[in-house]
Amino acid sequence: MKRRNFIRNTSLTAVGLPGALNGFGITAHTDDSYLGHFFPPGTTNDHILVVIQMSGGNDGLNTVIPLDQYSNYVNARTNIAIAQNKVLALTGTNATGLHPSLTGLRDLYNNGNLCIIQSAGYPSPSFSHFRATDIWMTAAASDQYLNDGWLGRYLNGEYPGYPGGYPTINMPDPLGIQFGSGTSLSLLGPSSPMGYTISDPNAFINNADGGEDVVPVNTPMGAKLQYVREVSKQAQTYYTAVKNAYNLPGNNNLVTYPTNSLTSQLKIVARLINGGLKTKIYIVSLGGFDTHAGQTNSNDTTTGAHANLMAILGDAVKAFNSDLKLMNKDQRVLGMTFSEFGRRIKSNSSGGTDHGYAAPMFIFGTQATGGIIGTSPALPAIAGVNDNIALQNDFRSIYFSIMKRWLCQDTGSLQQIMLQNFNEINVCSNTNCDPFQKPASVETVLIKNSPNPIVGSTKIEFKTAGGHTLIQLVSPEGMLIATLLETTYDRAQTITREINLSGYKAGMYYLRFQNDNNQQMKPIMKVQ
Amino acid sequence: MDRNDFLQTLLNNPGKKKKATLPEPAFPRIQKIDDAADPIAGGITPYTGAWTENEVMHLLKRLCFGAPREQVVIFTGLTYEQAIDQLLNTVSTVASVGEPVKVYSTDIVSTPATDPDWAVAVGRLWINTPTNSGSVNYFRRESVKAWWFNTIINQPNSIEEKMILFWSTHFTIEFDTVDTGTLCFDYLKTLRQNALGNFKAFTKAITLNPAMLVYLNGYQNSKTAPDENYARELQELFTMGKGVDSNYTESDVKAAARILTGYQVNRTTVTSYFTSSRHDVSPKQFSTFYGDLVINRPLAQAPQELDDLLDMLFAKQEVSKNICRRLYRFFVYDDITADIEKNIITPLAETFRNANYEIKPVLAQLFNSEHFFDALQFGAMIKSSADFTVGMIRECKLRFPPKSNPQLLYRHLTYMGSSLMNTLEQNLGDPPNVSGFPAYYQTPLFDKLWINTDTFSKRQNLVNTLVNSGYSNGGFKLFFDVVDFARRMSNPADPNQLVLDFNKYLLRRTLSQPLRDKIKSDILLTGQTTDNYWTAAWNTYLVAPENLNNFSVVNGRLKALAQYFLSKLEEYQLM
Repeated sequence: MKRRNFIRNTSLTAVGLPGALNGFGITAHTDDSYLGHFFPPGTTNDHILVVIQMSGGNDGLNTVIPLDQYSNYVNARTNIAIAQNKVLALTGTNATGLHPSLTGLRDLYNNGNLCIIQSAGYPSPSFSHFRATDIWMTAAASDQYLNDGWLGRYLNGEYPGYPGGYPTINMPDPLGIQFGSGTSLSLLGPSSPMGYTISDPNAFINNADGGEDVVPVNTPMGAKLQYVREVSKQAQTYYTAVKNAYNLPGNNNLVTYPTNSLTSQLKIVARLINGGLKTKIYIVSLGGFDTHAGQTNSNDTTTGAHANLMAILGDAVKAFNSDLKLMNKDQRVLGMTFSEFGRRIKSNSSGGTDHGYAAPMFIFGTQATGGIIGTSPALPAIAGVNDNIALQNDFRSIYFSIMKRWLCQDTGSLQQIMLQNFNEINVCSNTNCDPFQKPASVETVLIKNSPNPIVGSTKIEFKTAGGHTLIQLVSPEGMLIATLLETTYDRAQTITREINLSGYKAGMYYLRFQNDNNQQMKPIMKVQ
Repeated sequence: MDRNDFLQTLLNNPGKKKKATLPEPAFPRIQKIDDAADPIAGGITPYTGAWTENEVMHLLKRLCFGAPREQVVIFTGLTYEQAIDQLLNTVSTVASVGEPVKVYSTDIVSTPATDPDWAVAVGRLWINTPTNSGSVNYFRRESVKAWWFNTIINQPNSIEEKMILFWSTHFTIEFDTVDTGTLCFDYLKTLRQNALGNFKAFTKAITLNPAMLVYLNGYQNSKTAPDENYARELQELFTMGKGVDSNYTESDVKAAARILTGYQVNRTTVTSYFTSSRHDVSPKQFSTFYGDLVINRPLAQAPQELDDLLDMLFAKQEVSKNICRRLYRFFVYDDITADIEKNIITPLAETFRNANYEIKPVLAQLFNSEHFFDALQFGAMIKSSADFTVGMIRECKLRFPPKSNPQLLYRHLTYMGSSLMNTLEQNLGDPPNVSGFPAYYQTPLFDKLWINTDTFSKRQNLVNTLVNSGYSNGGFKLFFDVVDFARRMSNPADPNQLVLDFNKYLLRRTLSQPLRDKIKSDILLTGQTTDNYWTAAWNTYLVAPENLNNFSVVNGRLKALAQYFLSKLEEYQLM
């Protein structure tokens, strides 16, 4: 053997010298270990879903107040009940009003941009924060344990094989974006997180990564850590895409948001949407709803911890909605809220409420169907400590309806995402989903081989339309084993090549054929 | 407060500037690559400082692959002299590591019916049976790699596997070039037998090793057609190195090549032998670098010329310095400054020479030194892909299929140890070239070369897959059991302690309190503020672990926690 080229390692050419680090741009990582990215994504509309998680279990009865049952309402929770004359009235109904701090949502409702879902939940509820949150995030039945989330399953169906091969020309941006540490269970796909995380909104604005400590770089460890973080940012395929969308010249929030922990997230979301990200899902969150005690101030029940949360929610949603309208992006965005459960009908003696059952959800946006789905919850004249609000709307029907009407999922996809059939509720417009468009399936066989199964070698016949043509051998796990052919043809033609698979283990493989936009996978069998 | 205590405080309190109060380094710094970095201090004198889990983890992470919590606890109960003694003197036996077995089916197309491999049953040793089949040799090489990976995973508390990796990237061969599976296994045996032995004897053994004779063409080196390949690497890489004081000449390469003429390889018996008719008996004149030595033995004594050659090489101090520099970069830190050359490398090399090139005294001196335990060393090295992968397997106790099912076991070992390690740019047994893996020698980046956008993403994907779906193959799922991992921590019911333990046993720096709190709240408490929600969930799980609801609640959160620590936090890439 002659001594070989000293530098074969791609890492040397990819990274170069430390000084060159700032010079190379974002590169899509080249993980070929998944099959799915060989199939083009099928999303055909530009709709976006924004999910607001209200952590802790929101007190629905003090959020959407049943004016038609007002005396029972007051009887059940005298110490925290909102005075009738303080409840915000809604145009066109006397039965229902909103918490006095929800002026923002009241305005949306009166403009026809808010859909109130009464008494959402699911049969046999869990009163554990953790389990209940998991149920809402996975869209599981109460006795069903799922490891992936409803939005993760949706994205997995739209962008199969993610993260392998992404970003693509069709989907250059994160599929989903969430705020907070870790990965939200709702964005977890069958084998991989489907989302990009912004750990800390303030750090994001200030160009820091967030979710990490500032470490002095003038120590050996600090210098190495800094290096890895630089590469990490480059490798976070989406970091630059997200930052660029946010910092696009002229891309500003067009309304002044109040300052709170929810607007700090939503104002970024608005700018990312306005900056042209093709991201389909955004998840933001607001905590503090676990109001076991001191939910209101005792001298004025329209103030206190819960009132503050209501103001944050209402004002943030209103500002966000107005911003999107001024950006002329409101037609593309639908928002929804959820909380893991509601609270008891009867308040407790510490001026709070304990874990309960059904509670309202909000769907908002220009394309939301304004109005109220369902009726005020029936309240007993004398509520016991264990009395709960009965279920009217299964939250999975709402998910189902959003998936079908807003994200334009067909019957087969709905089955994959929701795992069973649910009733469809008119929570939002469905006009842009008809006619439903999916890319026409490729009828022509572009690659075949004979003999198959294969002992030693086999003849491959493929049809190229001219241009870049690639044939690869891929393992059943999706690992790239070999590139058999990669060339550019000047014209359309049918070509035959013999390949030798001696030395490969017996088993199933795929031939991956790619000719510009056309891709086909041909399963082949190697036998001993 | 001693230096290490001081530095720990400093490292754990980001943002605090320290310039004004940093203790004076033991010696002034002359040159360095990371201009921003403070010098690592401490000389070769024996370390006498603190011996806590922090120092234990440093020692174990560098000398072994990963530091599982159980080992850390055991070692904390020893003195550090005992710890180093155990790590240097625990060696494997054939009984403890086993030998590679046949897990493939002989291929009817490429393997003639007369091939001896047909006689080897699946599950039995193939190492004593020759073969002429290319496909069988391919599967045998994979079998050796799987077996080797298994020995690394199942290492005792010993430096031995790290040293074998070191020698495999020093006395490098490439399995796919050597081709014959039995030769590849024999090469690894030679590394194992000599890994902690005498370096000079090792150099002789590797010179005559059949796999090396094939890899660097020694078996083709004859008096009529000399091949200088091995003679060159013997000096350039294996002994003398390329330091500024290594001034051998091209004529020295040619002369050494002539000394090494005549050796051949029998692939069937896995032996090398000397054919005197192929040996060049004329005098071999060396340059002034080697004192104008002439080596000239009569044909009857020709094989002793190799001893003469080694005596000549090992008389040069450069040999000891080259090896000590390589050991230093492999185990300690990439940047050898003039101070480190003077205060660490020079005394180590002297020890090496005084011990007649016994390896252990050098290692003992290095790992006992103040310099090795200087707090600025902690976490200052980027994990090789082997440290990353095997370390994770061991620290997270990834369970492989049982030995009783070798085919299934090897299938998973091959996937992790060969396919996956290849994509992480450290295919053990098949480094890129004779110089070994670039991260161990390539200036100025060294260990930074392990991390690029591609390998970093792949390291993250590996973690995410192991945590979420796992790798399923042949009905067996290789996955990271996060609940079991949490159970191994000191007090998993306390979310603060649990985050702290994840931090302590997975990372080499302590995260700030605000970040730990945020991780706890965002992940373990799902946005809640009450610690007791986690405590209750964990205790409920312990009462009835088989209850799917109980399990699912803790499992989901621990998966997110593990992913955050192993995939999101770049600190996990350091050791």
